[in-house]
Amino acid sequence: MATQHTTEEVLLDVKGISLSFGGVKALSNISFDVRKGEIRAIIGPNGAGKSSMLNCINGFYHPQEGEITFKGETRKQMQTHKAAEQGIARTFQNIALFSGMSTLDNIMTGRNLKMKANVFWQALHLGPARREEVEHREVAERVIDFLEIEQIRKTPVGRLPYGLQKRVELGRALAAEPDLLLLDEPMAGMNHEEKEDMCRYILDVNDQLGTTIVLIEHDMSVVMDISDRVVVLDYGRMLADGTPDVVRKNQDVINAYLGVTHE
Amino acid sequence: MFYREAGQFKTTYKADQGIFPIIQDRWFIAIMLVISLVVIPYFANEYWFQAVIIPLYIYAIAAIGLNILTGYAGQVSLGTGAFMAIGAYATYKLCTAFPDLNILIVFVMSGLFSAGVGIIFGIPSLRIKGFYLAVATLAAQFFILWLFNKVGWFYNNNPSGTITAPPREVLGIMITGPNALAITRYYVVLSFLVVFALAAKNIVRGRIGRSWMAIRDMDIAAEIIGIEPLKTKLMAFAISSFYCGVAGALYIFCWLGSAETEAFDINLSFLILFMIIVGGLGSIMGSIMGAAFITLLPIFLTNFPPMIGIQIASDLAKHLEEIIFGVLIVFFLIVEPHGLARLWQIVKEKLRQWPFPY
Amino acid sequence: MEFLESIFILPFLDIADSPIFFLEVVISGVLAGVMYSLVALGFVLIFKASGVFNFAQGAMVLFAALTLVGLMEQGVPVFFAILITMAVMVLLAILIEKMMLRHLVNQEGIILFMATIGLNFILEGVGQIAWGSDVKKLDIGLPDKTFEYGGMLLNTLDLSAALIAAIMVTVLALFFQYTGTGRALRAVADDHQAAMSVGIPLKSIWIIVWSVAGFVALVAGILWGTKAGVQFSLVLIALKALPVLILGGFTSIPGAIIGGLIIGVGEKVVEVYWGPAFGGAIEGWFAYMLALAFLMFRPQGLFGEKIIERV
Repeated sequence: MATQHTTEEVLLDVKGISLSFGGVKALSNISFDVRKGEIRAIIGPNGAGKSSMLNCINGFYHPQEGEITFKGETRKQMQTHKAAEQGIARTFQNIALFSGMSTLDNIMTGRNLKMKANVFWQALHLGPARREEVEHREVAERVIDFLEIEQIRKTPVGRLPYGLQKRVELGRALAAEPDLLLLDEPMAGMNHEEKEDMCRYILDVNDQLGTTIVLIEHDMSVVMDISDRVVVLDYGRMLADGTPDVVRKNQDVINAYLGVTHE
Repeated sequence: MFYREAGQFKTTYKADQGIFPIIQDRWFIAIMLVISLVVIPYFANEYWFQAVIIPLYIYAIAAIGLNILTGYAGQVSLGTGAFMAIGAYATYKLCTAFPDLNILIVFVMSGLFSAGVGIIFGIPSLRIKGFYLAVATLAAQFFILWLFNKVGWFYNNNPSGTITAPPREVLGIMITGPNALAITRYYVVLSFLVVFALAAKNIVRGRIGRSWMAIRDMDIAAEIIGIEPLKTKLMAFAISSFYCGVAGALYIFCWLGSAETEAFDINLSFLILFMIIVGGLGSIMGSIMGAAFITLLPIFLTNFPPMIGIQIASDLAKHLEEIIFGVLIVFFLIVEPHGLARLWQIVKEKLRQWPFPY
Repeated sequence: MEFLESIFILPFLDIADSPIFFLEVVISGVLAGVMYSLVALGFVLIFKASGVFNFAQGAMVLFAALTLVGLMEQGVPVFFAILITMAVMVLLAILIEKMMLRHLVNQEGIILFMATIGLNFILEGVGQIAWGSDVKKLDIGLPDKTFEYGGMLLNTLDLSAALIAAIMVTVLALFFQYTGTGRALRAVADDHQAAMSVGIPLKSIWIIVWSVAGFVALVAGILWGTKAGVQFSLVLIALKALPVLILGGFTSIPGAIIGGLIIGVGEKVVEVYWGPAFGGAIEGWFAYMLALAFLMFRPQGLFGEKIIERV
């Protein structure tokens, strides 16, 4: 369990979020908070609204009701660009890598916000543009090191196997040096070894960098193992909110989802 | 075996980011430069310059421009002809208004005009994607040419409706106009091509290029990680139109000498589009290769049959050319959507092992 | 000042001055619009059913018309000529499927689009080599008389064209909506691989669609050709269909009709009443500008499907 870095300070606070698409109500009155340094899991059956919740947090969906407080700033709706600027990064359920570019380039796009050199220096590839490229390349390389993907750094990501693509996507998110990392089913479709690797990376990120993580995951053993606290959603409503132990024993949750308690 | 990178280790990121990190590539570029700077001028005659090589270089510049917009940034454009026209007409008007201004500066300024208009027609790209955007660029194509046709001011109310390049010199050498030697114009165009190609290559492998490709590949994800779609797209339109504008200026001033709006019509837009499809979308080198291929093809088609003893009527030849163009487009799209550039890469990869394939 | 007057005041005065003439202009716009719709229809069919934006539709119109005229010039009676041309279009559809579409399954739309540009060139070239490139007259016996009605000058040819087009459009709309084949076609337009995986025979579907589009092209070719002669510029009609598609939405048959009418009427009215203020020939770009303006406010067109992006 990752506990060393959890603090009491609240990094993200979500209050009364309701989201509808036409007639479909994806989220109803969801409220929870995320403390700085913790690993927070969001679980629930398919269609429970987990991805939609994540999309609201980083501004891709705009909820009709409720507000989001991040780093002390409260808004009714996040804008994706602001979210990225303020230090929120994420991965996606169906990998959203830039298939025409290499692993390294994909990860470098994660640094995009931090690179400022204007077009003229870029054209000459001198001065500030060149320094920036090298500087941010170093950061990208550290991420590549961390995720152990050196040998595929020049490969176009479209050619990589699924598991590696998911890792590269994590790399792109990490490259932004985010304060809040949103992971949407980072281990979906992976075999046991790959899952263990991914767990290790997630724990290391939380441990070494102190990054706060919100994680959607279906694998119960993973959730119970690595998360500090858990939110359970079902049909867009909140069922439970607490530590894994507490949630595991919650009758509503068992009824809706677990069926059998996991050890 | 000739193309192995083994043993070429880079010890700094700077070195690895060099434009041609592999030595064999550098040799290739060096050889190409020598050929274009020395060998071609030595052997070529007036006909070859005028009919083939100068237009080839000019098309290459336009192709790079279009590739930036369509190949790298993923914004389909059928308005290349119009943007080239803006460059040409802007140069014409600037020359009239400022007869003492250095023509090279005028070329660059007209590129800027073109960039400005490009940005305006690029604004719809935030809301519109794919084919719809192609239609927006068609609007630009038809409207701009109509404007240049109708409003006499653009061609100084010349009764024939054409614009003609006035003679201009740089450092005492005639660059435009009837007295400019083919070889002078050749070097001017070549210089522009080299500088522009280099700049483009630098831009596409840096932050801006990556943001273009991100928008092209998955614009939603790009937006989520902080890449601003509108700024990125407008930058693509601006730079692309700049290149096309300068190409258009060179088109009239260093090649045709004079023209009407027909020279920039939709067929030109298609021509450049074919160049980047055949050459390879998303490749600077490919743009140049595509331009070469498409420019040389008609020459080949007109000269080859007589060489093997077949005479083809010029009418028929033109239609055959059309058919072959079409077939080639379809062929490339099926077999190698990434064009000649990718084929070139494959050749290089094979050279890694030749002559020992195992 | 004069210019402003000529835009904001004079045209309306002109219209009010002679409403019958205005009606005449509108009607001729409607008739032109119907023709546009017909060509746009070919696009919609193919796009709806195979997800391909067939840039070569215009060339198909030309090719069909050229074949028909060529056959008639050889002395083949009209009825058989039409049948043979239809067979040729079906053959063409089969060839296109075999040589081109099959190899591009599930490629991105842009690649398919560019392939049809290539196809465009091939058809143009082949048609012109086979039948020659001068303007040809096409007469299949449709009545072409001008007559007066209610103070307006009308033409039987235009009216028959409108009628034929209207019938075709209705039939096709019904076909798509209510038959099993129509459903299959819509499935294919959505997702090639998914359609294949539920057993829809992609190959046959494509051949059917492109044949129907070929038929539409033939009808359009006959109508346009009778009116204006069969010539190279028919290809440019394809370009004109684009704004129609934008207005109507790429996937909507009723949209193609309404879009066509709007563009047809709009163009004519603007050209006649506002054209002089701009020096004429506004028709060349008006449709595109209109489409562009439209796109800014409603990117999916009047009837197109709203695109919801999901991540």
